[in-house]
Amino acid sequence: MTAIPDTVRPSRRVSIRGLNFALLIFVVLYAMIAVLQPNYLEAGLFMNFLRRAAPLVILACGQLYVILSGGFDLSMGAVVTLVVLAASMLIGGDPAMTWPVIVALYAMGLAVGLANGAIVAFLKVPSIIATLGTMLLVNGLALAWSGGAPRGDLPDNFRNLGRLVLRDVPLVGTLPVAVIILVGATLLAGWGLHRTAYGKRLLAVGDNPRAAELAGVPVKPTRISAFVVSALAAVTAGILIGGFSGVSVNAGRGLELQAIAACVIGGAQLLGGRGSVAGALFGSLSLFALFTLLNLLGLPQALRDSLQGVILIAAVGASVLRHRRST
Amino acid sequence: MSVDTLSSGRTRRGFRDLPVPLVVIALAAFIYVTAALATGQANQISLTGLSGLLQRTVALGLVGLGQTFAILVGSIDLSVAALISTVAVLASYLMQGDAGMIVPAILACLVLALVVGVINGGLVACWGINPLIATLSTGLILQGALAAGFTYLGGRVAPEFQALAYQAPFGVPLPVLLLAVLAIVAWFVLAKTRFGAHLYAVGGNPDGAKLAGLRVERFVLAAHVIASLGACVAGLYLAARLQSGTPWIGRDGVYDLESIAIVVIGGTALSGGKGGVLGTLAGVLLFASLDASFNMFGVDAFLKQVLRGAIVIAAVAVYAVRNKGHVA
Repeated sequence: MTAIPDTVRPSRRVSIRGLNFALLIFVVLYAMIAVLQPNYLEAGLFMNFLRRAAPLVILACGQLYVILSGGFDLSMGAVVTLVVLAASMLIGGDPAMTWPVIVALYAMGLAVGLANGAIVAFLKVPSIIATLGTMLLVNGLALAWSGGAPRGDLPDNFRNLGRLVLRDVPLVGTLPVAVIILVGATLLAGWGLHRTAYGKRLLAVGDNPRAAELAGVPVKPTRISAFVVSALAAVTAGILIGGFSGVSVNAGRGLELQAIAACVIGGAQLLGGRGSVAGALFGSLSLFALFTLLNLLGLPQALRDSLQGVILIAAVGASVLRHRRST
Repeated sequence: MSVDTLSSGRTRRGFRDLPVPLVVIALAAFIYVTAALATGQANQISLTGLSGLLQRTVALGLVGLGQTFAILVGSIDLSVAALISTVAVLASYLMQGDAGMIVPAILACLVLALVVGVINGGLVACWGINPLIATLSTGLILQGALAAGFTYLGGRVAPEFQALAYQAPFGVPLPVLLLAVLAIVAWFVLAKTRFGAHLYAVGGNPDGAKLAGLRVERFVLAAHVIASLGACVAGLYLAARLQSGTPWIGRDGVYDLESIAIVVIGGTALSGGKGGVLGTLAGVLLFASLDASFNMFGVDAFLKQVLRGAIVIAAVAVYAVRNKGHVA
């Protein structure tokens, strides 16, 4: 009986420490934004900030599942591109088609997730190669299907998921629909990871797949499910992105790396076993706050990539140092 | 490069993996010939056609040679694509069509590659950062700096430098000779020198190598430097070939993923310690044959991308599926 709390407690303490780290970064960065642009402290602009950050947060939550299971999902950005292009072509501006098409989009996401998972679990291809391959594949499919240029049109009821803002809501004043989706997705991800036996199994698989297998965890289905969660998150993010930035063939470019960076900033350990949804949430908010800050400072957009590289190294490097000190 | 050297290089490491490069080369030849015959372009199987095929292998082959070293020590280099772009742009920016600047530009590019390699190696070996993340990040940093610094296409390489990419002494294109020479050097280093043997030892079992008294960090660092230098030479070749470098030349070529894929197809284990450059050359030949075949069949560019993705996965799966344990 004593063994169980002993094994549970350290991991919880670590996840809280990771959360504090990301939360701290976010607060500092947002404070810097507020210094430059004081009206970012108003509820309305904060809600708008959350609305624009929503896709990244949702992507990070999905990516977190794969990272905790010990892998990477690099196909997320391609799925976002596919979703945006497919939505515009399938809906073709007809509002009545919106909901059936959204179901179809989730079916595509499911297919990509299952394919990723099966390639990793059954063909034993390392996930970084497997998902890079599906990234090429999905991107190529999306472009071949659309002929390389966006076609079609997104009707308002589709775009509203990303850009509609509810007015006169008590307490907060304005409430974008995307923020509701953000909160729902985060709660769902947190519940799945921290409140279910499935979440514990996922962590066990990521920490030590052989041990998890011997303990009776169905390793392959668990691993596949992580990729499915990630792909479905990418579809959700794609729908939001299609909503507020419209149709573009570059809609998803680079998002997979941002999602990984967000998870790492949030204290998730690469190659599995440790991390939390709250960490991923604040990690992605930190990253987005940083991008906002760069914009406010008037730095070239291109430096975003460089900065993201520095942050990735710093975040992983810091966790390596922390880990080294604790052992 | 002949069958002789292949077997003499491999016998001491066991016969089990002897045929991998041969099988891959046979497959490449089969695909190429079938495509040429099926599309009625039998003239592709002439000397000119084959020399064109070899020319296709150069850029990826050069990156692949370097990548082989990184993977052999159990690391990986995802920054090669960005480094290729950076080198190509830097070379054409420094030369500005002036033949006198050829040597300084090449030196500057080599120094840049050296720095990137040392940074990659330092992050991985000394700091202990996951190589995927470390090299992905350095790639991002390079790409971002490149996009911020070179928004317009300034500069072009010197005509004399460009001529190097198109010369063909004795009927063999000079770049192909360059690749062959570098491949022989790489093969020699890996198969015949103490340094090479140590690289295998470090990749096969880092803890064991450390206990045996090897400075593991130094070998990982050296392998990353070699990987960066390979990318640098590839970038210089592309700049010469295309007259000027563009900031997206590496990304569009998917050199990061494809160089890893050809190394793995050639039988080098992703976990390190097993494989060699001959397999990598076979892998690049396979990719070039596939590419040429797609062109002969007139496959649409986007569809080509789809097929490439599928082929990379399938190729790695052929080896990986035999693994007993779980991979991530």
